[in-house]
Order: sequence, then structure tokens, then C-alpha cells
Amino acid sequence: MSILVNKETKVIVQGFTGKEGTFHAEQCLAYGTKIVGGVTPNKGGQEHLGLPVFNTVKDAVRTTGATVSMIFVPPAFVGDAVMEAADAGIELAVVITEGAPVRDIQMAKAYATKKNMKIIGPNCPGIITAEECKIGIMPGNIFKKGNIGLISKSGTLTYEGANQVCKEGFGISTAVGIGGDPIIGLSYKQLLPMFEADPETKAIVMIGEIGGDLEIQAAAFIKENITKPVVAFIAGQTAPKGKRMGHAGAIVSGSAGTAAEKMEALKAAGVTVVVSPAEIGKAVKEALSK
Amino acid sequence: MNIHEYQAKQIFAKYGVPTPRGIVANTPDEAVANAKELGGSIWVVKAQIHAGGRGLGGGVKLARSLDEVKTLASEIIGMTLVTHQTGPEGKLVQKVYIEEGADIKDELYLGIVLDRAKEMPVIMASTEGGMAIEDVAHDTPEKIIKIAVDPAIGFQGFHGRELVFGLGITNPDEQKKLINFASKLYKVYMDNDAEMIEINPLIKTGSGDFLALDGKMGFDDSALYRHPDIEAMRDLSEEDPDEREAGQYGLSYVSLDGEIGCMVNGAGLAMGTMDTINYMGGTPANFLDVGGKANAETVAKGFEIILKNPNVKAIFVNIFGGIVRCDRIANGILEATKLVDVHVPVIVRLDGTNAEEATEILKNANISNIIAATDLADGAAKAVKAAKGEK
Repeated sequence: MSILVNKETKVIVQGFTGKEGTFHAEQCLAYGTKIVGGVTPNKGGQEHLGLPVFNTVKDAVRTTGATVSMIFVPPAFVGDAVMEAADAGIELAVVITEGAPVRDIQMAKAYATKKNMKIIGPNCPGIITAEECKIGIMPGNIFKKGNIGLISKSGTLTYEGANQVCKEGFGISTAVGIGGDPIIGLSYKQLLPMFEADPETKAIVMIGEIGGDLEIQAAAFIKENITKPVVAFIAGQTAPKGKRMGHAGAIVSGSAGTAAEKMEALKAAGVTVVVSPAEIGKAVKEALSK
Repeated sequence: MNIHEYQAKQIFAKYGVPTPRGIVANTPDEAVANAKELGGSIWVVKAQIHAGGRGLGGGVKLARSLDEVKTLASEIIGMTLVTHQTGPEGKLVQKVYIEEGADIKDELYLGIVLDRAKEMPVIMASTEGGMAIEDVAHDTPEKIIKIAVDPAIGFQGFHGRELVFGLGITNPDEQKKLINFASKLYKVYMDNDAEMIEINPLIKTGSGDFLALDGKMGFDDSALYRHPDIEAMRDLSEEDPDEREAGQYGLSYVSLDGEIGCMVNGAGLAMGTMDTINYMGGTPANFLDVGGKANAETVAKGFEIILKNPNVKAIFVNIFGGIVRCDRIANGILEATKLVDVHVPVIVRLDGTNAEEATEILKNANISNIIAATDLADGAAKAVKAAKGEK
């Protein structure tokens, strides 16, 4: 078991023949991901990496039966690509591209919701079910198979968190990088119940950062609905107000969205909150030995 | 990206959002010429900087004669204006906006921002115009009306009615004017990929007209490629030169006031590294994300920018390679030591893609002030020690 994706999941790649799409599709194939083809307009009928290329997502879905799309198209085309996937009946779009206009994501997400398609990202490392299926750009080798679910806004903190967990002798069931943009697809609140329901997952690591209130919503949700142990780290305790810290969403405006506020809310919900990512592994170990 | 008041008002005018008439000036003589062209007998001389709180800082003054326009413009152009948003160092004023005086009967607040929780733009309005809206939100939140507008349907009549009734506007003519104002402002917001629009105050004149007396706009940087006219409004003097230089190399840099320079890949890990340094008793000197395309040149540039800060006593390089390959970073560090005088200890932690090759590269180079660290905690501890001058 795992959440959202496993070794049976059929994946297509939008932006398949581009530089990034090619490189990462190759890496995913090497990891064992069942990539069944890709989409690049005007290259339909060709072969790439030994797989069929289609002009449209509809063609790709009809021929391959894919349910997930990994999206690498340039920022200006992300909104269009996500809506095309939703229209073609894709169930989950994993959007890796960084720098898509917020308004495009807003529109695309509204449409995807209507079409019942889930989105991970944009501007994220993707999703990985350890030793089964990697849809994204994370280094696969650090994700050993195990019982810890991981949800993170930040790409490299996903790696750091997974690494910490594995160093303590545990492993990862599924890890999801949700991205740090102002508007994202699946968030903690949607992913937490999936991990709660997954028999393979015994504990959950949640990595957040300053800006927005997704972590506050997650805290309220955990309090009411989650029985498995949760360990959390919020990046940006030392970030000054009003300064954007890299991610478009990582900015503290006024009194809202501070690390302190989020850490308090999570603690109050019974979550083990650590002050440094270096403490994640140990905290997981302690939480599971209770 | 943010723009000046006079630029925001140019955009407003294009969409028919009413504003007082005004002309921007670079010199006191231009200011006088502008005042003459506008006519009338009363003008407002307004400093053009991005930060808010200009009025309280002495950057907005009323002139009752052309002589006074000249005197005030000479005082304001070239002054260093300090407001609650500029920081104590203030901001040099290079331009003033000369605006016709307005007959103010009432001051309102009107803004549009993205509501991240609702995932749509929200119109915010208040009868408490002219005050800092953060204070109103804090002290009397019931005095702020919020109206979310779903872009799928756009600004409808019911949004407008919610606005005017919420603000207690009962005169049908005034209701119509304000609804029209808000509807046009919504179009400004959507058409231009704005992140934020704020009009404080939005005034009602003696004759029942509504005018944007101020105007602030911020834009989604990711969407600027499709708005060359807005990109052209960028004022480089409003941006931190180090942050801008870093941006040209694909680095994201923010200076802070501590002692340990940080170079990290990924915004989250960069913040996590700062937090860990702080937790271990040190202070971070900066946020620096080298991004996913880091190479020898960008790493060298990163060192150069970090070392410009005289407070830096040690540098912590913390890389968890995913897309970024550690061997490239290692070569970048070697390159940097050749190009830049790296006079402080550099603590290096490299993990992930090609970490072993990278460790080998650094070991073979045998540079005395490079200290290897095994993981994040070890690296942060060593950096804190090094910054204190301990071995």
C-alpha cells in the first residue's frame, strides 16, 4: 500500500521531448515508474525513449490508459497543460514546472476540481512511493521503503526529511512535495487523511514554511481526524517580515503566516514540532516508540 | 514587482478608474510647470517611493501657490524619506507627483488581493480610509468588508451591492458610481496579473464622486513576461542592488543582520539552515538559494555577494543535491577561492547526487579554510563555532 501512486500506475509526460522532460523521464523509468508515453504537439507518431509520443493528452489517454500526467512544459503553458489533462480524464497531474503565473494556476485548479482531477504542485519535486514509482525530480536513492508518510512544501527539505528518517532506520511509504506557490493543488489537509487510511503508513512527517495558512488548517484537521503520530518542522523561524524567501508564497505579511504561529497551532493539535530539520529523524523515532 | 503611485494612476486612467489629475516631475522647475498646466490654486506635492507611510514621514505636502510648489518640491526631491516601511535607513526621493487638490468629504479604503485560502481575488473595503489598514484589521476587524470574486463569473452586480451596502452608502447615484469604480478596478487587477492593488484613501468628494487619491500596485513576477508595458515601469533604484545582482545569476538572496553566510539549494532548506544556525546559537547573515541550475560561476558569484557583507565571519554551504549535482558545487567552491578572496572559514556539507565525487574533489584540493561537515547538524555546529573564532 501507499498513497496515490504505486508500481501499477500508468504515467504520461507532458513536455516529454524537451530537455527537462527527457532527462527526468529517463530517471523515472530507471527507477521503475511505468511511463507509457508522452505528449508533445506536432511530434505525435514519433518515438522517444522507446515510448510513443502523442499530439494531445486525449490521444495518449485513449491509447495507453494512463491515469497520471507528469508536467514539464514551460511556465507560460502550464495552465493550458493542466486543463488539457483534466479535460482528457487524467486523475492526477504532477506539475514540476516553476514560475507559472498565479492566475493561470487559479483557473486551471478551478477547472481540474470540476473535472475531478487532483493536482500536485506546481513548482514541486513531485511524488514518490519508495521503491515503486517516482513521478518527479527527487533523487530516488534516498527514499528507502518503509512506514513513514512525508508531506513537504519544500523540495530539498523533502530530501533532508527523508534522509533523516532513513538514517534512523525507518523508511518512506510515500513522499509528496506539494510546492510553495501561493496556489497549489493537494495540500496537507487532503493528503493527511490518505496517509491516515493507508495501512502501510505508521507515522507522518509534515514540513511547512512561512506564508499562507495551510499549516494552520492542517493543525485543525489533525486535531479532529488524525490518530497516527505526526512530526512537523516549519521553515523560516528566522525569516524577517515582509521579505520573500525564494518561494512565491514564503512571505510573512502583517502578523499572519509566521513560523511561530504555525508551530503553536501544530503543538496544540498534539503534533511533535521540531525546531530544526536535523531533529526530524530523532523525533520520528521517539514518536513511534511511545 | 511594485510600481509607484503615479504609474498605478496611469494604469487606473487607462481603465477609467477616476483619479485626481496629476503629472510626475523630476525637478522643482518641472513641478512648477506641471502645477501651471494642471491649473487651480491648490496642489499636492507627493514623494514617489514604493514604501507606504509617506504622509506621516513628511513626503506629502499641500501647496497653495506656485512658489510653494517650488519650495516643497525642492525640499522633497533629494530628501531621504523614512517611513515605517522603509526601515531606519530610509529611501532617497527622486521624483514628485504634482496633483490637483481634491475636495475630500469622506475617506474610504479599497483594495484587491489574492485570498490564498479561497483561491480567488478578494475585494477589501472599509469606511476607515486614510488609516493603516493593518491597524484597522487588528483593532476593529468588523470594519473591513471582504468580498471574494470568482474569476469564472467575474465582478457581478451582487458583488457591487454587497460593497455599497457594507460601506453604508445609501444614495443611489453614489452607489452606482462606487460599483462602477470597483468593477473597473477588478478589471485592472485581472487584466494585468496584479498581486495586490490598494487605494488608501479612496475619497468621496463634495459632489459625490469617488476618486483614487492614492494607488499602490504589486504584480505577479511570473506573469510579467506577458506585460511588457508593466515590466517597463520597473524602478531599479527601489530594489536592493545585491538582491538584484544575485537574481541575474539565478540566485535568490536576502541580506540579514547576522554573522554566518549561508549558501543552500532550495528555499525551504535555506530557511531550515538559517533556523538550525539560530538554534545552535549562531546568527545567519543572509538567505541564499542557489537554485536548481547552480554551476561553478553561480557559486563563485554567491561567495562574492555573501562576502560583500563585512559582518560575515564564516560561511556554511549546505547542499542536498537532487537536480543540483554536488560535484558542480564543489568545483564552484574551488573556482570561487580563485576568483574571490575567501578570508573566512567555509563549512561545507554536501549530500545527495554525486556527493562522494564532490567530497573527493574538495579533499584533493586541500584548501586550509574549507571544513567538511557530515550532515546539517554537524555543519551548523561547526559554522557557529567558526564564527566565534573557535576551532
